[in-house]
Amino acid sequence: MIPELGHFALIIALCLALLLALVPAWGTWRGNSVAMALAPSLAIGLLVFVGISFSCLSAAFLQDDFSVKLVASHSNSLLPPIYKFSAVWGNHEGSLMLWVLILSLWTAAVALFSSQLPLLVLSRVLSVMGAIGVGFLSFTLFTSNPFARLLPGAPADGSDLNPLLQDPGLIIHPPLLYMGYVGFSVAFSFAIAALLGGRLDASWARWSRPWTNIAWAFLTLGIMLGSWWAYYELGWGGWWFWDPVENASFMPWLAGTALIHSLAATEKRGLFKSWTVLLAIFAFSLSLLGTFLVRSGVLTSVHAFATDPSRGMFILVFLAVVVGGSLTLYAFRAPAVSSRVSFAWVSRESLLLCNNVVFLVATLTVLFGTLFPLIVDALGLGKVSVGPPYFNAVFVPLMALLVPFMSLGPVSRWKRDAVSRWGRELAIPAAVAVLCGVTLPLLHAPYNVWVALAVLLSSWLVLGLARDFWQRLRSGSDPVQGLSRLTPGYCGMLIAHLGFAACVTGIVATSQYAVEHDLKMSPGESRVLAGYEFRFVELAQVRGPNFVADEARFEVTRDGVFVAALHPQKRRYLASGSVMTEAAIDAGLFRDLFVAMGEPVGSSGAWAIRLHYKPLVRWMWLGAILMAVGAFTAVLDKRYRRQREVVHSSHEAALRGA
Amino acid sequence: MGPRLKLFLPLLLFALLAITLFRGLGLDPGAMPSALLDRPLPAFSLPGLGRTDLLSEADVVGQAALLNVWATWCVSCRVEHPYLKQLAEQGVPIFGINYKDDDGAAQRWLDELGNPYRFNIADREGTLGLDLGVYGAPETYLLDTNGVVRYRHAGVVDEKVWQTILEPLYRELHKGSNAP
Repeated sequence: MIPELGHFALIIALCLALLLALVPAWGTWRGNSVAMALAPSLAIGLLVFVGISFSCLSAAFLQDDFSVKLVASHSNSLLPPIYKFSAVWGNHEGSLMLWVLILSLWTAAVALFSSQLPLLVLSRVLSVMGAIGVGFLSFTLFTSNPFARLLPGAPADGSDLNPLLQDPGLIIHPPLLYMGYVGFSVAFSFAIAALLGGRLDASWARWSRPWTNIAWAFLTLGIMLGSWWAYYELGWGGWWFWDPVENASFMPWLAGTALIHSLAATEKRGLFKSWTVLLAIFAFSLSLLGTFLVRSGVLTSVHAFATDPSRGMFILVFLAVVVGGSLTLYAFRAPAVSSRVSFAWVSRESLLLCNNVVFLVATLTVLFGTLFPLIVDALGLGKVSVGPPYFNAVFVPLMALLVPFMSLGPVSRWKRDAVSRWGRELAIPAAVAVLCGVTLPLLHAPYNVWVALAVLLSSWLVLGLARDFWQRLRSGSDPVQGLSRLTPGYCGMLIAHLGFAACVTGIVATSQYAVEHDLKMSPGESRVLAGYEFRFVELAQVRGPNFVADEARFEVTRDGVFVAALHPQKRRYLASGSVMTEAAIDAGLFRDLFVAMGEPVGSSGAWAIRLHYKPLVRWMWLGAILMAVGAFTAVLDKRYRRQREVVHSSHEAALRGA
Repeated sequence: MGPRLKLFLPLLLFALLAITLFRGLGLDPGAMPSALLDRPLPAFSLPGLGRTDLLSEADVVGQAALLNVWATWCVSCRVEHPYLKQLAEQGVPIFGINYKDDDGAAQRWLDELGNPYRFNIADREGTLGLDLGVYGAPETYLLDTNGVVRYRHAGVVDEKVWQTILEPLYRELHKGSNAP
């Protein structure tokens, strides 16, 4: 009964989405304010029914209703309840449901928190989001119904969730990632609404900015969690593989980063309008493209969902309508003449432009690398695979090029600045950065040039920010007053850029300094790696809720002092019979120690053991968290709220006047 | 280019992309181009992994077998590996071509994850791969008793690929070799 209820709620949700797409749009066309005013209620209704449907699906999973095909093939009665719940989105159909749920959450959020928007704009935005909802809801209902039953012949037990997905990281990774992906639909809808209305102005940029920031922050966290999960769960210590599916989430992130910076210029200076709109379309289109790549089976990937050409066709048509339609609209409606606002070459505008160029090139590089095998195949030239060497060769220099400008950006003035002023402001940071770059890598023998370069670049960035921060503190009569003058927007920028510096340092240091050893070890043996002694104490058999495991008990000491007890496991999952390596990690701010079990070697109780020493590996994830925190902080800026108050009071004045 | 015309550029690029994606839908990323189909294995003389002698095509020819191209840098190979071990346990002869890889890393991989291969050809420079027309790891070739390539699969060999494509062909070739 419950699955049918869910199915029915999903059908009602589709009807509501259709109404949301059509009625307010008709209202804006005919100037019918009653039709326009329906938009927020329809948006909330959409959320309610998608919510009901999603809850029904979750209930089917939690109650082990194996007559539902999806539950039977992705869950198991022995699965811990939390994984039964996360199994809801550990498959194609359920993850689409999650996508739809998050889309309706964003739609309802726009409806609730946009009282400052003119009704005309709000109803346009919401009807664009409704149209996207129609696309995804019909995709779910017509090609990937999650409520399909296995009747008669429901199995007694399910075939279990893929053990790789039975992990705390994977409970929240997809929701965060989708919050980001789908969140770009808000910026997209604002852009389309602005194109439809023909008004691309500073207020449009101001409305879009907080939404874009929040979506970007979620996407950052989602990608970070994915990388972290790969690091400890896949068992071989890698954290980024340039896999098509990783790229699918990384491309919207890169485009989104460009968008955030370009929106700043549009809001503050009314510049790059057409460009910003294009980026907003671009970021969301890349999210859709990612969906297509993951679910259509055109590229092979370790992450890919069970694929089906008819689904691929559906998303491709949807992609063509959404992206093709919006780019056509863009071609006809975007302002063709460049704005009359001018700026000098030496100015904050040109630095933001520089950011945009770098991130756009980076996005296109990743896009090209991801699609190259497909292009070659489509042209009938054979099959190729593009590996990490290509991506690293292009991506690393691009990022290295970016950092020098990142320090100049916050210090610079809008409109026109002087190189001599940059020199005065940043001479000391530059000197100290060189000093840091030369000396800090000495702390870790052997000396490594790449790490030195990374330290040089990130300390240049950090010190430049510190210098600017200090200047602003001094601008008040006393530091406290100076501090209170800092806007959340500025603090957010500061935090996010610090995060970027941490990320760069972490990535380079861990790639250059990591030590890994693959050894044959028996209980009682010990090995020394990077100054740490790893002692294999004993081998044990342990039993989990739905698996049995061999557990190697390790004790790590340094100079005779106890550091950590590490217990890696080799698990055999009972329902599926699949074997998983569960690495044990002692995490630290400055280094991670990582032990994973391979296969038993011989019959004497020896195992192939992999030991890793990974310095500063946490920095890249901490950096990503800082970036997200920065983006969230910037949203708190008063000017997004002040606008609301002003509109409110003028609205009230108008009422009083009437 | 007029200022308005310039704005059509993104649309044009997207149209090209969409056409590519459309063509991509009709293609199977695992299917093989037919260049080497029904042609004998190219001649080679390469060192074996963890061996001192040189191996040649004659070492592989003689029974229906799988020739698997793999590398430690290839993530999908790791996915494929357990299934190859299952096949090897069932008695399917599998020869490995360790493609553009580091011998030490490859040896560690085999020690750690198990070794489904009869032996491995260390194709460090990718010369054999070039002759075979390898586009990327993993790739699997099905050879008949005379060393003629009967099928090529690009991508991971899993249960589905084995049961629907490779196994029927393999059984047929295997039967053929047992006949007098």
